[in-house]
Amino acid sequence: MTGREGEGVGGGLPAVPAVVEAIGVGKTFGTGEAAVTALESVDLTIAQGEFVSLIGPSGCGKSTLLRLIGDLTQPTTGSLTINGKPAARARLDRDYGMVFQAPVLMDWRTITKNIELPLEIMGFPPDERRRRAADLLKLVELEAFADRHPWQLSGGMQQRVAIARALSFDPKLLLMDEPFGALDEMTRERMNAELMSIWRRTGTTIVFVTHSIPEAVFLSTRVVVMSARPGRIAQVVDIDLPAERSVETRESERYFRLVTRVREALRQDEPGDVGPALSDAERVRAEGLA
Amino acid sequence: MTASTAREWLPAVAVFVIVIALWEIGFLVLGVQSFLIPRPSVIGEQLTADWSTLARGLAFTGTEAVGGLVVGVALGTAAGFATARWASAREVLLPVAIGASTIPIIAFAPITLNWFGPESLLPRITIVAVMVFFPIMVNTIRGLTNVDPGALELFSSYAAGDRQTLAKLRGPNALPYWFTALKIATTLSVIGAVVGEFFGGPLYALGIYITLQTGASRYPSAWAAILLACALGIVLYLAAVALERVAIPWYAERETAR
Repeated sequence: MTGREGEGVGGGLPAVPAVVEAIGVGKTFGTGEAAVTALESVDLTIAQGEFVSLIGPSGCGKSTLLRLIGDLTQPTTGSLTINGKPAARARLDRDYGMVFQAPVLMDWRTITKNIELPLEIMGFPPDERRRRAADLLKLVELEAFADRHPWQLSGGMQQRVAIARALSFDPKLLLMDEPFGALDEMTRERMNAELMSIWRRTGTTIVFVTHSIPEAVFLSTRVVVMSARPGRIAQVVDIDLPAERSVETRESERYFRLVTRVREALRQDEPGDVGPALSDAERVRAEGLA
Repeated sequence: MTASTAREWLPAVAVFVIVIALWEIGFLVLGVQSFLIPRPSVIGEQLTADWSTLARGLAFTGTEAVGGLVVGVALGTAAGFATARWASAREVLLPVAIGASTIPIIAFAPITLNWFGPESLLPRITIVAVMVFFPIMVNTIRGLTNVDPGALELFSSYAAGDRQTLAKLRGPNALPYWFTALKIATTLSVIGAVVGEFFGGPLYALGIYITLQTGASRYPSAWAAILLACALGIVLYLAAVALERVAIPWYAERETAR
């Protein structure tokens, strides 16, 4: 198995069309003395069907980069195209599905109605909405909760609803900002496995922001390691794990070698600054594997 | 009424009965004079004796309270929507609303009598409308604007228009705030109507009736009218609660679940 190392999976190969193309993208908040450069000259190409994680210490601009891609904020410099068009156009074309750290469900709607929300806004006919919501409830294994309200579900379940809602209109690109950051380690690992299988079944391109090295390595085809002050890409690590990933993957030698490599990429760039960016649980995990 | 709501109401009813009983027996034993506070049985007798006049008064004052509520709530809601929607409306409407809310009723009531004449319902409807306008407007603004920023980003990512965001996010978000204001407004409306009547109106109107009976030292009659005004306020409040349960059933469920 070790012989395949370095082959890479979809490392922006020219044959696959680019979903995200960032050239020299920078973002500065404020002006003059108070100006803060959140992101500086980022070059990144993400091909269709890829699962790319953005990882780095707090303040490295990984969330900013995700928000730039999703047109929730606009770049100060450089050019950014999504499916060959400006990010604003892509947003209006409803190319994005978004999942944040908080599930952001509407308490006045049932779970089914929450999943149908984007479909209602986008004018899908009622039959189609119901059919899709039912399919997605099955996908995230929440059929039994169809008519419940959000507060009646656990945090992990709510996040699954948020993912189902984001997938409801078949967006070309799924943007996820620390979606499992608020969940406990056990739930997080289960959610990772579920997301993995959803990604394999739908083939949606995913950009995923996380603080967790094991999570990034387990899920991704590529891990983009970022560094802070100013935020930029320090290194891109190809994750050449087999496509089929399971609990065993997390225990494989290759997996923990990749975890170590990402960790070193983070450490190399910011000596002594990596610690605080990782939770204790993550550090214990990474150390235990190494 | 389900078993659970019966359980909710039972303590309140029990306390009410106990208070009335203690009042009756205690005042009888202590020999409290009826011009201070009459016993419930005395008030009850008076209520029956004066019923034809009191019923007319209740209808009159009730119409004022409800009329003022309808006008004030409608205007307050509309102003809230306008203010939340346009920044320029905020600059114009908010100072006016704050000004209106600080008008003392004592000063304002005689003026409204000059406008519409004492026999008309309109002076009190105006007073009540002015009183309830502010809490309704402020809570409407709060409900429409105090929206989860994440939800707004979500709507932005769906390329939802302003109207859709209003209908599917800001509006539903505002309803619990609006109903809270409505409940406050119901109790304010009865106070506004009764106090407004102190400055003139038909003799049977509850506020006038209370003033006249007190002046004539007929305290049990005055108290009968006071209790009737209280009952009116409670009924209006409960109507608002019932409306809330029908309009946003999820809200009460969520609050009890927490």
